[in-house]
Amino acid sequence: MKKKEIQNTDIWAGGGKPMEASYGKLMMWFFLITDALTFSAFLGAYGYHRFVHFEEWPIADHVFTHFPFISGHYPLFYVALMTFILIVSSVTMVLAVHAGKYMNKRGVVIWLFLTIIGGATFLGSQAWEWYHFIKGTKYGAVLVPSGQHGQPRVAHYVNTDAHKDDNYKKEKFGPYSDPYSKESLYKFHKVKMENEPFNYKYLNGDVVPVDLLKEGRVIRGAPLTGDDAFQYNEYGHTTFSNFFYFITGFHGFHVFTGVIINIIIFINVLNNVYQRRGHYEMVEKVGLYWHFVDLVWVFVFTFFYLV
Amino acid sequence: MSKESSTREIWLVFWILLIVTAVEVILGIIKPASLTENYIIGVSLLNMTFIILTIVKAYYIVYAFMHLGSERKNLKLSILLPVWILIPYLLFILLTESTFQEFMLHG
Repeated sequence: MKKKEIQNTDIWAGGGKPMEASYGKLMMWFFLITDALTFSAFLGAYGYHRFVHFEEWPIADHVFTHFPFISGHYPLFYVALMTFILIVSSVTMVLAVHAGKYMNKRGVVIWLFLTIIGGATFLGSQAWEWYHFIKGTKYGAVLVPSGQHGQPRVAHYVNTDAHKDDNYKKEKFGPYSDPYSKESLYKFHKVKMENEPFNYKYLNGDVVPVDLLKEGRVIRGAPLTGDDAFQYNEYGHTTFSNFFYFITGFHGFHVFTGVIINIIIFINVLNNVYQRRGHYEMVEKVGLYWHFVDLVWVFVFTFFYLV
Repeated sequence: MSKESSTREIWLVFWILLIVTAVEVILGIIKPASLTENYIIGVSLLNMTFIILTIVKAYYIVYAFMHLGSERKNLKLSILLPVWILIPYLLFILLTESTFQEFMLHG
C-alpha cells in the first residue's frame, strides 16, 4: 500500500489521518488489545493454578488422546489437526482480504466461503473434543475420600514426575498399555501416595492401599451436570477441567462469533455492498478479528496441550 | 508490492506456521530427554522451545496475516507497546501477588 508523505510537524494537527488507518480498523485493533489482555489473564491464572496444584495436575498428553475412528493412545494428533484447520482458515481469510484489495469479488467470495467452512469445522472438532472430555475414559478414576486437608481427590491422576518413575515406564510400554486400566490405577496410586497416611498391603507383589475402591467411588470424565459438576473430574485437580472449559470455551465463543460475522460479511459481499462502497475494508477488519482468534489458539495450544 | 509476490508471501507464511506447528507436535510426542531434563530459569528446555516457537508463530500471524508489518510506525507502536508493557505487567502482578495462596495451601 502506498504511503502518503506526511510532515511530522503537522501530523497530529488535525484534519488528517496520522495513522493512515480508518476509524473502524483502529478500533478493531484496540479491541483486540483488550481481548489479548483478557486472554493473558486467563492463561496466567491457568499457569498459576497449574503451578500451585503441580502434583495433582494431569499431563495433557494423557487426557486428550482420542482421534476419530481410531481407538488407542494418540496424544496431540487431534489438537494438531484442529490447529492445522485454524491456520488454514486464517490463510484463506488473508487471501480473501488480498482479493478484496484488488476489488476481486469472485476471489473474496471463494476465500471467505472457505474461511467459514474452516471455522465451522474447527467448532465441530472442539465439540467432539469436549464430548470425549465430558464422557471420560473407559475405566474412569477412583475418587478417594482422604486427600490433602480432608478434601477428596482423584487417585489415579498422572503425577508430573511419574514419567521418570520406573513403574510408570513399565505401564506405558509394558503389559498395561492402557494407562487407565485398573491395574495401572493401583500403580499410579502407589506412585502418588507413597508418603501418605494410608493403610497399605501387599497384593501380587505390589503395595496397594487397602479398600481403595471400598472407600472411594469411581468417577468418569469431567461432568458438567450433577453433584460432581465442576467439583471433581477423573483427570486430576478440579481447576484443570474448569480452566479447560473456560479458556477453550471462551476461545470457542470467539470462533463462533467470528464465523457469524464472517457469514454476515459474506452475505454483504454477495449483495455487492462493498463493490458499491468502492472498497473491501470490512473484510479486512473482520479478517483482523479472525487472525486474532487464530493467534489466541496458538497460545492456548502451547500452554494447554504442549507445555 | 505486486499481487503475485504478496500471494506468494502469504503461502510462505502458511508453510512456516505449518512446519513450526509440526515441529512442536513432534517434540511434544517424543519429548527428548536432553530437553526435558535441562532447565533454564526454572523452565525446561522443551517448554522454553515451545514458548519461543509460539512467539515466532505469533510474530508471523501479526506481521504477515494482520498486515501490521506494512502499517505506519506510530500505529504499529500504539498497538505493540501496550501489549508488550501490559501483558508482562499483568502476568507479573498475577503470578507474584497470588503466591500467598500457595502458602495457605502448602504452608
